[in-house]
Amino acid sequence: MNFKLKNIGPQLITIAIVVLVFGFFTFNAQMNMENRGIEFGYGFLSQESSFDVQFSLIEYDGSHSYARAYLVGLLNTLLVAFIGIIISTILGVIIGIARLSPNYLIERSAAFYVEFFRNIPLLLQIFFWYFAALRALPLPQDADVMFGVSFLTIKGLFVPRFVWENLDIFFYSIIAAAISIVIIRNYARKLQENEGKQLPIFSISAGLLIILPLLTFLFGGVSLNFELPVLKQISTTSFIYEGGLGIPPELIALTLALALYTATFIAECVRAGIQGISKGQKEAAASIGLTPRQVLKLVIMPQALRIIIPPTTNQYLNLTKNSSLAAAIAYPDLVLVFAGTALMQTGRAIEIVSITMFTYLSISLSISMLMNWYNKSIAIKEK
Amino acid sequence: MNKLNLLKPDLNNLNTYLYAGSFLIFISLLDVFLNSFFAINVTSYLPQTISFILPLFLGFIGLHLVRIEFTGIKNLDLLNKNINTTNFNAILTLIIIFVIIKSIPPILSWFIIDANITGDTKEACTGSGACWTYIKIWLRRFVYGMYPNAEQWRINLSFISLLALGSVGYFATEKFKKYLTLYYVVIYPFIAFLFIFFFISGGPVFFEFSYGIIAFAVSIIVGFFVPKKLKVWYFLLVPIILYISLKYFLFYEESIDLGKLNGFNWVETGAWGGLSLTFIVSFFCLIFCFPVGMFLALGRRSALPTIRYISIGFIEFWRGVPLITVLFMSSVMFPMFLPEDFFMDKLVRVIIAISLFEAAYVAEVIRGGLQALPRGQYDAAKSLGMGYWKMHILVILPQALKLVIPGIANTFLALVKDTPLIFVVGLLELVGMLNLAKTNPDWLGFAMEGYVFAAIIFWIICYAMSKYSYNLEIKYKTER
Repeated sequence: MNFKLKNIGPQLITIAIVVLVFGFFTFNAQMNMENRGIEFGYGFLSQESSFDVQFSLIEYDGSHSYARAYLVGLLNTLLVAFIGIIISTILGVIIGIARLSPNYLIERSAAFYVEFFRNIPLLLQIFFWYFAALRALPLPQDADVMFGVSFLTIKGLFVPRFVWENLDIFFYSIIAAAISIVIIRNYARKLQENEGKQLPIFSISAGLLIILPLLTFLFGGVSLNFELPVLKQISTTSFIYEGGLGIPPELIALTLALALYTATFIAECVRAGIQGISKGQKEAAASIGLTPRQVLKLVIMPQALRIIIPPTTNQYLNLTKNSSLAAAIAYPDLVLVFAGTALMQTGRAIEIVSITMFTYLSISLSISMLMNWYNKSIAIKEK
Repeated sequence: MNKLNLLKPDLNNLNTYLYAGSFLIFISLLDVFLNSFFAINVTSYLPQTISFILPLFLGFIGLHLVRIEFTGIKNLDLLNKNINTTNFNAILTLIIIFVIIKSIPPILSWFIIDANITGDTKEACTGSGACWTYIKIWLRRFVYGMYPNAEQWRINLSFISLLALGSVGYFATEKFKKYLTLYYVVIYPFIAFLFIFFFISGGPVFFEFSYGIIAFAVSIIVGFFVPKKLKVWYFLLVPIILYISLKYFLFYEESIDLGKLNGFNWVETGAWGGLSLTFIVSFFCLIFCFPVGMFLALGRRSALPTIRYISIGFIEFWRGVPLITVLFMSSVMFPMFLPEDFFMDKLVRVIIAISLFEAAYVAEVIRGGLQALPRGQYDAAKSLGMGYWKMHILVILPQALKLVIPGIANTFLALVKDTPLIFVVGLLELVGMLNLAKTNPDWLGFAMEGYVFAAIIFWIICYAMSKYSYNLEIKYKTER
C-alpha cells in the first residue's frame, strides 16, 4: 500500500500540473480570442490568399488559396533541404576522409575547414553569402558566360532548361535499369557465396544505368533540347534573362551556407565512424588476402556505416530544420510564406504557428522513426 | 655512376635525384610565388593552359624524384612520409600549397595593406581593401546596441563584476569547494539576474545596499553566538528577516516613495543589443536550460509511466521543431495564452523559449550519460539504502555528467550560435545590428566588413569554448 502511494503521488501531481498549465493557457486563449472577436478554426485555409510568392515550384499566384500557399512554402523548404543534403553529404564525406589522410597538409586543410565553418553561426554565414558575396556578382548585362551556356549574375544563376519529349519513357528506362541492377547484384552475391566468383558489379551497374536511358534516345523517341537563357532589355538600364531556368540568389545563398555548415558536422560523423573501426579489423581482413579496395568495401564500410548513419541522419534533420532560416533572407520557404506573410494577413497566430510546427514535427518524427527501423535492421545480431 | 632510371628513383643516385627534384620543386614554387605576389608571369610566352599547368607538372616531377625511402636524411624522410607518400598525394599537396600561396596576397591586401581605418566618414575609405573605419565608428553600436552612450559603463561594470564573481571557483580553497555547486547553481544566477535587472535595465530598486550591509554585518556578529546546529538556518533566514524589518519597519517613512529609490534611468530591453545582448541571452539560456534538461533526462528515465511519457513528449516536441518557429511562437502565439493584462517582456519570452528548446537537447545528451552508466552503480547505491534523489545527486549524476561534458559543450555552442535568431522577434544582437548598420544611408556597401568582423568574434568565442570543453574533458577524465 505504502509503496503504491509513493508511486502514484508524484504521477498525480505531474498530471495535475500539466493539466493546470494547459487549462490555464486554453482558458486565456479563449478569453483573448473572444475579446478580439476571432474564431478558432482552419477554415481560412480555403480562402483566397491574394499575395504573391517570388519563387515557387508549382503554379501559384494571389488567386490561389492559403492551403496552396502552404504547399508552395513546404515544397520550397523540401527543395532546399534536398539540394543541401546532397551537397553536404558529398562534401562531408570527402572532408571526413581527408581528415584521416596520411598527408599532413590535406589533414590540416580539412581540419581548418571544419573548425572554420563549424564555429560561425549559420545565420551569419547565410547573411554573408547573400548580402556580401552574392552582391558582388555582376549585373545581368555585364555577366560573363559560364561553360558557354550559364550566367551567374546578381539576380541569380541562369542555366539552360531541359525540354524533354516523352519523358515518361526515359523514366521507365531508368526504373528498368534500377530493377535489373538489383537482380544482378543479388545474382552476383549468390554466385560469390556459392562458387566464390566475383562479378564486376560496379561497372555492370554503371553501364546499365547509362546505356538503357541512352537507348531510349535512339529508339524510344525521347529527345532532349536545351532552352538557353537569353539577355533581354526591358528598359534602357534594366536587363533580364528570358528562357532557361533562373535560380534565385536566395536559394543559392541558403543552400550554399547550409551545405557548407552541415558538411562540417557530417565530416566529423564520417571521421568518427571510420576511426571507430578497430585496427584489428583491417589487419584481419588484409591477412586473409583481401585487396585494400575489398577491405574498404567489404569490411570497413559496412561497419563504419553502422556508426556513421544515425548521427548523419540527425544532421540531415538539422539541415531541414535550419532551412527555416530562409526567412532571414526572404527565400519563400514554409516559415516565410506561411508563418510570415499568411499570418500577417490573417492574424491567425495559433492556427498558423501550430500548423507550421506540426509540419516540421512530422517531418522530424517520420525520419527518426525510419532511422530507428533502419538502425534495428543493421544492428549487430548477436547470438 | 649507376644507371639513372628516372621513373624509379632509388638510393644509389640519391644526390642526383635530390638535386634535380629540389630544383624542379623550387622552380615550380618560385613561379607560383612570383605570379602571386608580384604578378609576374615568367612563362607568359607559353599558351595559357600550359603556363597554368606548368608549375604543377614541374613540382609533380620534382616530388616524384625525391620520393626515395629510407634515405637517412631526416627532413627528406619526414617530407616523404607526411606529404609525399604517393603520386596522388603529391598532386594534392602541390595544389594545397599553390592555393595557399595564391590566396595570401589578396587576403593580406584586403585585410591590412589596402584597408583603411583612419577618419570617421565613408569618404575616408579610399583603398580597395576593407574599410575598418566603418567598424570603428559603429563599434559602440555593435557591442552595446541602442543602449545610451552615457550609460554604457553600467553594462561594462556588470559584465566585469559577473566575470569576477564567476571566477570565484578558480580561487576557492578546498574548504569551500563543496559549496561551489550550490553557489553556481543557485546563488550566482540569482546575483546575475539582479545585476541585469537592476543595473543594466535600471529596474526599480527594492534592494538597498546600505540596509543590506547593516543586516549582513549584524547577523554575522550575532551569528558567532548561535549554536552550530542551527547555523545553516540562521544564516539563511535571519539576514533576510533583518533586511525586511530594517527596510519596511524601522525606516518605513523613507522607503514609501519607491520612485526615489530608482537609481538609474530605465533602459527598455528593446534598446539593448549588440554583442552584450548576445552574451546576456546565451548566459541566461545556458543557466536555465541545464537544470531543466537534467530534470527532463531524469524524467525520461523514470520508472513512473506518466512522468516518462510527459518527458518524452516534451523532449521530442522541442527537438522536432526549428528554433525560428519556437521564437515565432513566443512572439505571436504565446501572448494569446496569457491573461490579457499580463505583460511579459520580449527578452524574457525569448530567453524562456530558447532555454526550453535547448533544454530538450541537453536532456538527450544527459540521458546518453545516464544510459552509459553500468547498472551496478544504481544497484550499489540502492543497496546502501539511498533514496531516489540521494542516489542521483551523490552517485549517478556526478558520473553521468562527467561522461557527457563534450556533448553538453556542443549543445552550449549550438546555443551561442543560435542567439542571432532572436532577430525574429525584433531584438538585435550583433548580427542584427550589422544588418541594421548596413542599411544606414551614410554607410552603404560595407556588408562584407561587418560580417567578417562578426564572424571573427563569433569564431573566437566558439573556438575558445570548444577548446575549454576539451580541457574540461581531460581534467575530469577518471579511469573506470
